[in-house]
Amino acid sequence: MTGVIPLHAFLVISTLMFFIGIYGFLTRRNLITMLMSIELILNSVNINFVAFNRYLYPQNLSGHFFSLIVIAVAAAEAAVAIAIIINIYRNFKSIDVDKVDVMRF
Amino acid sequence: MTDYAYTILIPLVPLAVFVFTGLTGHKMKPIVSGLIGTAGLSFAAILSYYTAITYFWTGHTAGTGYVSIKAFEVNWLHLTDLLTIKLGSLIDPISVMMLVVITTVSLMVHIYSLGYMKGERGFHRFFSFLSLFSFSMLGLVLATNIFQMYIFWELVGVSSFLLIGFYYEKPSAVAASKKAFIVTRFADLGFLIGILMLSFNTHTFDFQTLTSPTGPAIAQAGGAAFMGMSVLTWSMIFIFMGGAGKSAMFPLHIWLPDAMEGPTPVSALIHAATMVVAGVYLVARLFPVYALGAPDALTLVAWVGGISSLFAAVIACTQTDIKRVLAYSTMSQIGYMMLALGVSGYGGENGLGFMASNFHLFTHAMFKALLFLGAGAVIHAVHSNDMSGMGNLRKYLPITHITFLIACITIAGIPPLSGFFSKDEILVAAFHHNKVLFFIEYAVAGLTAFYMFRLYYSIFWGKQTHYHHTPHEAPYVMTIPLIVLAFGAIFAGFLPFHNLVTSDGIPFETTTEWSIAIPSVLIALLGIGIATFMYRRVTAVPDKVAGAISHLYKWSYHKFYIDEVYLFVTKKIIFNFISRPLAWFDRHVVDGTMNGIAGIIQVSSVSIKGLQSGRVQQYAFVFVTGTIALVLIFAYLW
Repeated sequence: MTGVIPLHAFLVISTLMFFIGIYGFLTRRNLITMLMSIELILNSVNINFVAFNRYLYPQNLSGHFFSLIVIAVAAAEAAVAIAIIINIYRNFKSIDVDKVDVMRF
Repeated sequence: MTDYAYTILIPLVPLAVFVFTGLTGHKMKPIVSGLIGTAGLSFAAILSYYTAITYFWTGHTAGTGYVSIKAFEVNWLHLTDLLTIKLGSLIDPISVMMLVVITTVSLMVHIYSLGYMKGERGFHRFFSFLSLFSFSMLGLVLATNIFQMYIFWELVGVSSFLLIGFYYEKPSAVAASKKAFIVTRFADLGFLIGILMLSFNTHTFDFQTLTSPTGPAIAQAGGAAFMGMSVLTWSMIFIFMGGAGKSAMFPLHIWLPDAMEGPTPVSALIHAATMVVAGVYLVARLFPVYALGAPDALTLVAWVGGISSLFAAVIACTQTDIKRVLAYSTMSQIGYMMLALGVSGYGGENGLGFMASNFHLFTHAMFKALLFLGAGAVIHAVHSNDMSGMGNLRKYLPITHITFLIACITIAGIPPLSGFFSKDEILVAAFHHNKVLFFIEYAVAGLTAFYMFRLYYSIFWGKQTHYHHTPHEAPYVMTIPLIVLAFGAIFAGFLPFHNLVTSDGIPFETTTEWSIAIPSVLIALLGIGIATFMYRRVTAVPDKVAGAISHLYKWSYHKFYIDEVYLFVTKKIIFNFISRPLAWFDRHVVDGTMNGIAGIIQVSSVSIKGLQSGRVQQYAFVFVTGTIALVLIFAYLW
């Protein structure tokens, strides 16, 4: 089977995406960028689902469905998150996450 | 047999009035709430009279006499099958008699208050409290079991507290209301202990079972003995302690004179005619148990009554506040009633004292309410309680003067007014039982006549006094109750009590024993004569007499220093040796433990509160680090 991409290649890609997402989430101060980082994390999980489904249980479709559900949830989450971000902007005139630290002791 | 279930309405109507005027009274005109209260009480009074007429005319059967009827009863609190508290209404001669007394006096006081309290702040509050009191007192006398009685007993205590403290902006009234509540509450502790002891041994609260001559209370009279007396005797003594507190018997009487801080109609209703005789009613209600099961306790009742009546009569001779004179006179007359119960036996002619006590309760309610309402009319006219500032009022207050005079003659025991008959029966009962108490009561009869006429002459005769404005007779709404009660005081003595209210329900015959009655009348006339000689005109005689017996005078004027003894015991002994160590323990050990726990929590929370920084990314970092750490631990170290 020439040209077949091995499973670990997918896993490497998804792991990279996951930690890039984590890194972005922890270091970026812009809320929109943080939201994008979360999308990266979610999509890395999607890649894992699909890859494991294809390589380990090709007769089942559970992994595909799961990734579809994750995409749907991610869309809803993005809508809610952007609504929150808009409200934060209205209140703080900024979407810098460091400015939004009033929920403290 | 008539069905008396409707009697439960007699207390419930005043309760409804209390709730209604209490909640909505501030929104209506004051007079409307007063009229609603009066209307409710009139309804209760009509029902009571109807009950009395039917019961006393048709309740009698040959042989058994008047039987007690449990007209209505519900399970109020079901704890176990043995311990069930019921509420209901019990109809028997004494409860029917008390219904008549309470509703009559209460109705008169309601009408009188429409005039007396006119324009007072809290007019509707006053009337709703009066209704609350009427409800509690009627529930008390209708109680089918001793626990129901205890519940209503406390309710009358509370309404008495509320009404004494009616002028709550006056510190003395507040102090008096607290004193009355605490002293009677202390006595009620004894009552509760007595109830528990009694019902523990007899397995019942029910009056009919308790007082049945063959019932468990009397049959098991032996019981276990404790310090030379049976448990039954002890429990009856404790119950009597509650009665003595409510009836202001020596030495638990100290609250009654101070209770005169309340409005005068309240003094007439609660502290003269009805609530203070609750103790007498309690002993009368449990009388078969006392007489057949616990004669030692009954002897105690007799002596407490006798001593209280003498003690109060001596004090009453020197007081100058007219309401306090009447308060001590009340205490003295209730002492008479207690004594009459104490010297009575059970059944037939032996029960003369029981009959006499209830008879005196009835007549006393009429003439003492009349005296208080008359005093109220005087206070209303001259705006003072102190009789040294009064005199010569008979021209200004003709109706009050006449009715007050009638009441004074009645209480002094001059025939043919009612006080003579009831007091004579008491003296006869005492004569056949205990000569010492009998002579004490002779002395008290003379003192009573003396101090009542001292009061009468000081108010209505005596010196010419100049008032700021001419005193005027009270309005009709106040004088009509006076006239009604005066008729009661005159004619109540002709009621055939020996046919109606007896210890076992069976009528018996009484005759006036002139060998006892004539000396008592002579003693009373002597007392009146001395009072006339000393106080009719202003002379130097009273001061000379006071100087001649200066020690006795001083002790009597200071009420034998009983208040001071109480203050010494509470402030010096109880406060210093019990309350202060307890307060120290509470402040340092109990509070210290709680404060210590709170302090530890505070210190630890200050040191970790920095984690709550409000920075989302910091939280996320901690979360991610923790997750990675857990993954590593589970993957490699587990």
